[in-house]
Amino acid sequence: MTTENDSDLLDPASLDAAVKAAAEAFADASDLDALATVKPAHLGDRAPLMLARRALGSLPGKERADAGKRVNAARQEAQAAFDARREVLLAERDARVLAEESVDVSLPWDRHPRGARHPITQISEQIADVFVAMGWEVAEGPEVESSWLNFDALNFGKDHPARTMQDTFYLGDSPDSGTVLRTHTSPVQIRALLERELPVYVVCPGRTFRTDELDATHTPVFHQVEGLAVDTGITMAHLKGTLDAFARAMFGADSRTRLRPSYFPFTEPSAEVDVWFPEKKGGAGWVEWGGCGMVNPNVLRACGIDPAVHSGFAFGMGLERTLQFRNGLPDMRDMVEGDVRFSRAFGV
Amino acid sequence: MRVPLSWLADHVASVPSDVDAVAEAFVRVGLEVEEIHGAGREPGTAITGPLTVGRVAEIEELTGFKKPIRYCQVEFGPGPDGAPERRGIVCGARNFAVGDLIVAALPGAVLPGPFPIAARRTYDHVSDGMIASARELGLGADHSGILVLPPGTAEPGDDALGLLGLDDPVIELAITPDRGYCFAVRGIARELAASLDTDYTDPALRVDVPEERTASWPVRIEDETGCPRYVARRVSGVDASAPTPWWMQRRLLAAGMRPISLTVDVTNFVMLDLGQPLHAFDAGRLQGEIVVRRAAPGEKLRTLDDVERTLDPDDLVITDDSGPIAIAGVMGGASTEIPAEPIGTVDVVIEAAAFQPTSIARSARRHKLPSEASKRFERAVDPRLPAVAAERAARLLAEHGGGTIEPGRTDVGSAPALPPVTMALDLPDRTAGVVYGRGATVQRLTQVGCTVEVETGADGRGAVVATPPSWRPDLDSPASLVEEVLRLEGYETIPSLLPAAPAGRGLTPAQVRTRAVSRALAEAGHIEVEPFPFVGDAVWDSLGLEAGDVRRRTVSVLNPLDADRPRLTTTLLPGLLETLVRNKARGFDDLALFHIGQVVLPHAQPVPMPDPGVTRRPSDDEIAMIKAALPAQPLHVAVVLAGDREPRGWWGRARQAGWQDAIEAGRLVGAVAGVELRVTKADLAPWHPGRCAALRVGEWPVGHAGELHPKVVEALGLPPRTCAMELDLDAIPLQDVRPVPRVSAYPPISVDVALVTADEVPAADVASALTVGGGDLLEDVRLFDVYTGDQVGEGNRSLAFSLRFRAPDRTLTNEEANAARDAAVAVATERYAAVQR
Repeated sequence: MTTENDSDLLDPASLDAAVKAAAEAFADASDLDALATVKPAHLGDRAPLMLARRALGSLPGKERADAGKRVNAARQEAQAAFDARREVLLAERDARVLAEESVDVSLPWDRHPRGARHPITQISEQIADVFVAMGWEVAEGPEVESSWLNFDALNFGKDHPARTMQDTFYLGDSPDSGTVLRTHTSPVQIRALLERELPVYVVCPGRTFRTDELDATHTPVFHQVEGLAVDTGITMAHLKGTLDAFARAMFGADSRTRLRPSYFPFTEPSAEVDVWFPEKKGGAGWVEWGGCGMVNPNVLRACGIDPAVHSGFAFGMGLERTLQFRNGLPDMRDMVEGDVRFSRAFGV
Repeated sequence: MRVPLSWLADHVASVPSDVDAVAEAFVRVGLEVEEIHGAGREPGTAITGPLTVGRVAEIEELTGFKKPIRYCQVEFGPGPDGAPERRGIVCGARNFAVGDLIVAALPGAVLPGPFPIAARRTYDHVSDGMIASARELGLGADHSGILVLPPGTAEPGDDALGLLGLDDPVIELAITPDRGYCFAVRGIARELAASLDTDYTDPALRVDVPEERTASWPVRIEDETGCPRYVARRVSGVDASAPTPWWMQRRLLAAGMRPISLTVDVTNFVMLDLGQPLHAFDAGRLQGEIVVRRAAPGEKLRTLDDVERTLDPDDLVITDDSGPIAIAGVMGGASTEIPAEPIGTVDVVIEAAAFQPTSIARSARRHKLPSEASKRFERAVDPRLPAVAAERAARLLAEHGGGTIEPGRTDVGSAPALPPVTMALDLPDRTAGVVYGRGATVQRLTQVGCTVEVETGADGRGAVVATPPSWRPDLDSPASLVEEVLRLEGYETIPSLLPAAPAGRGLTPAQVRTRAVSRALAEAGHIEVEPFPFVGDAVWDSLGLEAGDVRRRTVSVLNPLDADRPRLTTTLLPGLLETLVRNKARGFDDLALFHIGQVVLPHAQPVPMPDPGVTRRPSDDEIAMIKAALPAQPLHVAVVLAGDREPRGWWGRARQAGWQDAIEAGRLVGAVAGVELRVTKADLAPWHPGRCAALRVGEWPVGHAGELHPKVVEALGLPPRTCAMELDLDAIPLQDVRPVPRVSAYPPISVDVALVTADEVPAADVASALTVGGGDLLEDVRLFDVYTGDQVGEGNRSLAFSLRFRAPDRTLTNEEANAARDAAVAVATERYAAVQR
């Protein structure tokens, strides 16, 4: 390399030409590979602009300073051209790659089929949660139950016709064997009163049994939820208030309940509960929901509670029936047959 | 209980003409309205157009048809010319004669159906209308012949609609067991009057019961508990074939009873009106004194339904010198029945008695004879009624059967007054949470028939002393009086007030766990179902349980709905597998079902169930004995799987559900419950002996999982390779506080080892050995490959594990990790002769 050449490299025209050549070459590069290929010729060690820089050393003092400025500016210009081009090509490539990686997102990926829980389980939990939120507790008991707990303690006299109101599955060798399939969840209330400290506020969901043939509106195996509150100063107004709150939780803010006088051995006074159901088929209206009343003092006495001090209320509803009118299920059999389409519709 | 409005109007002043208003009044005081019948309320039951009384003037018997047919000339009222209008009507019935009054639907009428009537040609004659049966008019079920009205009931040409009561709606009420008095118009009319706050006339008080000094028939009560009172009245010379007056027939029909004969109809009518069941004996067939007693062992009675019944010593019976002649309060006997086709007249002894409700209930249940009488006696009949009801019946028989009431009345036993009930004056207010108006309590109790006095107690507070009327034995406590006040004041006046429950503790850990298990199984793709718990013994054979298998020991149902399934299941699998088969039959091949439910495991020896009575709290011992006598009922969870666990798709092939999935379901339940279940090889029906795992908590087995035995699959018609898991959730101890791991932030070192062992060495055991040997630095052991083949020799396999080591306090060196690995392998080698590849 000669000095003359070096000084040629440093002259402004040469620098401009080198920058121009670099910019053209970069612009011509159609992709990142091509850009990489042409880069050494213009920005590499042997590129004119690099050689020019090296040539600066041979220049004296002030001359060197001026030339240095020119060379740096030229180099920056070429580098900027490179960077700009690279940016464009990178963006082009990224866009292309993303386009190439596009898939059909509608393809199903149901490799792991979804499960579901039975609506009875779900409504049972929903009801439990409503009452737990009010400070109540959830009590449970066995399905094979003693007659004493299922009947006697609940003020069903031994030969009282009320016993035949609930068509009972008797267990063992005779109706007097002392065990039955519980006909309601009320024995759980007795267990709660025998086992818990007063005051008692419990809700008892569970499976119950009566000798009804399976048809569209009956099933011999069904579920109930019952509530029991025993405390000092409990009135029927408290019963009404609790039922109204329960109705609102289940059927919306506009719902409420209505009581009609009735008879149950374990409550006196007793009532049937109707609920105002805004979404009732054919227009909002009253629907029969369950039974309730003030705990019969005989029941309290059988549990060792003084009815002069404590009073209580109780209520009970069928869960199948509640689901049937709330969700508009036409046929009870769907709830017991176990068809996967039925449970699946209710999700987890 | 069915009652027409017109009958209520006999006893209640100003019954609303709007039947819906009447129904609402009943509901308000606690009588549930089941249905409102008649007066064309149900679609297609209306009768419109001319329905007219006619008199049969001529009958021409038509022959030559498949059945005998009559062509009748029927006279109706005077026509335009004043002469009787006559129409020819064809009729297939034969239960009438010339001169009888009948009801004809004339052309233009529409009978229930709807069934329009027109003049039409039939059997070669023009039939200008139709002679109707009771059923065709919607008056009950009788279609054995046309409706023949008793002579003198009406005149030809009269409009029959009102006469038949077809414009008189009938309310059907459901009567709760505490209100026996409402099984009579007398009782429900009283309720209606109270609800409407209108006047009521007690029909029992309208009967004049003359004093009689002599007995009408010798009667002796041997069992005064069973029969506190027995009244007999005698009517001689009753023409038993005399027709029952139409008004009475009409009321019986409206009440849902079929008119039969004068004596039967009169006793039924009086029972419906007053509530006192009556029995009519043929005096000529009674032999000697009537004795009321318990049956002797082995005694027999042929009842009116012509069934010979062996009596129980607990049955209360009416007897004469011949032996039992009736089951008291339930059904009469055939030997003293008033003959169906009497020749001439009959002497009738009318029985009106009070019987102990529970005794009648037991007899009716024992003999499966729920009769109109037993239904009432079971719920208690007013013991003041017998003489009144007998008198009423005697008069009706005398009036309509031409009989003579014989002097004398037998009336043995007594009807003691009900004891008074004392109640704090403010108890109704305190119970309802309402401040009732002054005097409301006294007014309401008086309205239901109580005699009420108000007194001031020793504490200076007011008390009500109410003596219940004879028909209200249910008013036996302050609470029962409270109910009367509240229901008559109206439940709608009770406000809505939320009680403040004390702070609760939320769900119990067991409840939380059950919910978590249910969610986890569902989220893992299982669908919850709720099968019934009823099984038959055949299923144990299908499941391949051996004769002595404890799961065959079941609690049996005395009165099963399905005779083939009289037992309560000890495992959830039969119900789940049946549900699986049902789904398969409906076209679903890939199934994963689960059920969480109690099973019933009886004791090996029956434990007697105590009966602690109800007058006090049972002792702790008695409570413990009740619980001990009940079978164990642990909460089980079970899963069944068939078909593909993962379906085929565009990603590739399907993966069939296998034993692994069943075991994994069990492990999932364990994990949710906070326990790492140990999986060991097991052999238990109904599982495949080579593909069955026991799921253990420590050494304790809590369940089993795997593929079902091929024979079970075949016996139950299951899809091939059906798998199942069942475990006892209650047997898994509740984990209150789970141990917290020390989480190290230092980097781990992972090392893979491949160990060759004999085939039969369980992989889980090798993994345990590595865990033991790996020491504290070993954070995780994971099996990632199983290889069998030439390289490891026959009878062997290679298990490849990835071991992750980490120190709690420093960055581990490779040397430390390798040393720990060697220690881990050493234990596996020591225990299972494992050789590192």
